Amino acid sequence: MRCFIGIDLGSTTTKAVVIDENRNILGRGITNSRSNYDTAAAIAKQEALVNTRFHLFRNALSRSAALNGKLDDFLGHLERDFRLEQFLEQLADLEATCRRNAEGTRFGDHAAAVATALIEVFQRLQAEAPALFAPGAKRKSDFFRDIAGSRYLAIGETVAKEMGIRYDMVLNVFDRSIIEVENRVYADAMGSNLMRALERTFKGMPETAGRAAAIRAPIQGVLDTALEETYVIGTGYGRARLPFSKEHIRSEILCHGLGAHVMYPGTATVLDIGGQDTKAIQVDPHGIVESFQMNDRCAAGCGRYLGYIADEMNMGLHELGPLAMKATKKVRINSTCTVFAGAELRDRLSLGEKREDIMLGLHRAIILRAMSILARSGGVRNEFTFTGGVAKNEAAVKSLKELVRENYGELRLNIDPDSIYTGALGGATFAWRAVVEEGKAVEARARA
Amino acid sequence: MTTPIQMTPPQASKKPVPPAQKEDAMLLQKEMINRNYHELATAHDRGKKVAATFVPGNLNELVMCFDFARSLPETNALQNGMRKKSGKMIMDAERDGHSEDVCTYVKADLGMMLGGEVGPTGEPLPRPDLLLLSYTGCFTFMKWFELIRQKYNCETTMLHVPYQGDGKISQNMRDYVVKQIKENVIPSLERVSGVKFDIDRLRQYMKESAKAEDDLVQVLQSAKKRPSPIDGYFGAVYYIGPIFTAFRGTTEATQYYDVLRREIEQRVREGKGPITPEGEMAEEKYRLVVEGPPNWTHFREFWKMFYDEGAVVVTSTYAKVGGVYDFGFRHDPDHPIESLAEYCLGCYTNLNLPQRIDMICKYIDEYQADGLLINSIKSCNSFSAGQLLILREVEKRTGKPAAFIESDLVDPRYFSPANIKNRLESYFQMIKQKRTVAAGAVH
Repeated sequence: MRCFIGIDLGSTTTKAVVIDENRNILGRGITNSRSNYDTAAAIAKQEALVNTRFHLFRNALSRSAALNGKLDDFLGHLERDFRLEQFLEQLADLEATCRRNAEGTRFGDHAAAVATALIEVFQRLQAEAPALFAPGAKRKSDFFRDIAGSRYLAIGETVAKEMGIRYDMVLNVFDRSIIEVENRVYADAMGSNLMRALERTFKGMPETAGRAAAIRAPIQGVLDTALEETYVIGTGYGRARLPFSKEHIRSEILCHGLGAHVMYPGTATVLDIGGQDTKAIQVDPHGIVESFQMNDRCAAGCGRYLGYIADEMNMGLHELGPLAMKATKKVRINSTCTVFAGAELRDRLSLGEKREDIMLGLHRAIILRAMSILARSGGVRNEFTFTGGVAKNEAAVKSLKELVRENYGELRLNIDPDSIYTGALGGATFAWRAVVEEGKAVEARARA
Repeated sequence: MTTPIQMTPPQASKKPVPPAQKEDAMLLQKEMINRNYHELATAHDRGKKVAATFVPGNLNELVMCFDFARSLPETNALQNGMRKKSGKMIMDAERDGHSEDVCTYVKADLGMMLGGEVGPTGEPLPRPDLLLLSYTGCFTFMKWFELIRQKYNCETTMLHVPYQGDGKISQNMRDYVVKQIKENVIPSLERVSGVKFDIDRLRQYMKESAKAEDDLVQVLQSAKKRPSPIDGYFGAVYYIGPIFTAFRGTTEATQYYDVLRREIEQRVREGKGPITPEGEMAEEKYRLVVEGPPNWTHFREFWKMFYDEGAVVVTSTYAKVGGVYDFGFRHDPDHPIESLAEYCLGCYTNLNLPQRIDMICKYIDEYQADGLLINSIKSCNSFSAGQLLILREVEKRTGKPAAFIESDLVDPRYFSPANIKNRLESYFQMIKQKRTVAAGAVH
């Protein structure tokens, strides 16, 4: 089937969206951008295609009624098992890479001990892996680097202590290996991982095993359908690094404008707060950009600002918003300079202000800066769509709502739970327009 | 839509930069500018006095009547910027106590002095004997000379040119400027130089000015053609070099503009587009009007962001910064002092916001431009104040899309290529999309 794909290479994450000929969203994929945009683009696209398969499984299985009433449970289980298989595959690669990197003379007399420690570490990692993907399990991040990294460090430290070897040696092997592993694309593994996952799911849900053949058939049917990458459009900061011709590249401002329009056709103003920039975009009723403003040179007041604050507070990025929501008092933070805000934060803490109150002040500071960029772009018009990673942060949304109401009155504010994919959706829509509306020939397929 | 675009592999920027292609006139103007630096370097040895004065409102013909060598501090700074020397100078000036927010032309100039008073070409740049401040709207110019005067204790003469706050030049304003030229400026120039004023000499220079001005206007207005044979911003900064600096009124300048005009006329006859550092531009896809000075430290990289995308600047307000000639003003040998007054009063920096908006709207119309691009200069309040209002108003009046980028004159730290490129590409794509919509191809 024909697929139209948009890939948005952001500074923090890379996103991909797949749509079909009727502009239905089939799949979404996301990965961390690493230092390698080519890999990030390839993996995000692959993730989106995997997600597309699952979407198609759902359609096919619900048509076949093989799982009457159990479809959601089954697919949820299957997806977790699939993620586990993917994880195990990468973990095996990481182990092999670590072992290779531990060879040679680097560790001198300790080489044998390090090798033994690695075996032990990876055995434990493998043993605990199923629990990481169990129903309801909480993971700080879904990226292999983050999951495997945090567990490796914890287990590695224990094992090093038990075996009486230096922890930094175990750490060193990981640091050398993770970048290699992270930059490998496991493109052909979809089918085999899925088959293994299917076996796990049948075991996990024994009541479905009896209907295995009836379930397998539609899944196999989907797997046998080729997903043709009809047209790919790349956007975002890394777009110049994509192995695409210019025809396949669009500015992320246009993609965000169009993506927001596709999500909410009434959109007139778009605010996007991403990792390193804040964009205010005015679009016309067709989703075409009329004017835009961005932050200049400095990324203060963008997503990275929150990342920095999270580091300063020794918290996870996703914990900031919920903490700020507990605020009972307004603390004014003046600095939108990331580094100064860190200083102001410590200063406020030392003055005895509560963490949650300071946190709300920091969120408000970001939004104040966004308000200034919005004003420069021509203000906020109805409807107003907020996108980007920061739109997931409830405290930022709260501040934005307040400030928009104060300055522009009551407006409709749209936030899509998948707003992080707005740019990629715009890209996919551009890809669709290029082929369906402008009759672009399918160019030499971009390899990403 | 399916036009061939030259594809640039991502590694291209790492390759050694090939020598830039230039028109003959561009090479000639470089020679002239370099020669002027040599004349400045040897002025005191040759018994000549040195006058420093700013580009907008410069009284070059008058100053030449007293045999002064002429130094233009902003030109010195931008030349140092283009030659990648300004960064250190600015940091030296900051170490000497000047804030990060001060005009970077000023800091580059002061840093140059701290660094041993060497000019952009490597020859010494002499201390001025006279600072002639023709005040045409930029407050910083006054402070700049105040700093130099404090440093060198040199003689200063100020010509106060009233701002066109009401958007017009009254007889009172003219009389006021004429009176100052006669009663203050000329006597000072006589005193410092020891040369007596000769009005016929001034008339003679003005004849030359007017000829050169005619040619310059023809060259700049050639961009009304499609394709435009010139770039009215990046190319124009070469074209305006001689006439905006020490050469207006000289026969050399007249000859230069004659050569330039012929060269451009030839390009028009051949239907050629502008010359860029990488050769002739293949296809003109976007026609822009630009407001605001260019960035000098990354001039070529900045220009590349335009020509790589097929964008031509058909005209710019910056190319009028040393004299607005395209609405009819010429230096007039029959009324020399009065026309100097008129010239100063009509400088771009001396126009109010509505006048600037009118001018830009007129340009968009006459040059059939796709829209307005503003390059807002971080350290130039004189140019930047009100630019967003200009942008909104021009958008409203012309219905053409406008965009806003930010950089700096000569501080290399303020040039963020990824950010600027991102905005420019978005803007070009926005124009393209609007055209598609206008053609009814969407939905």
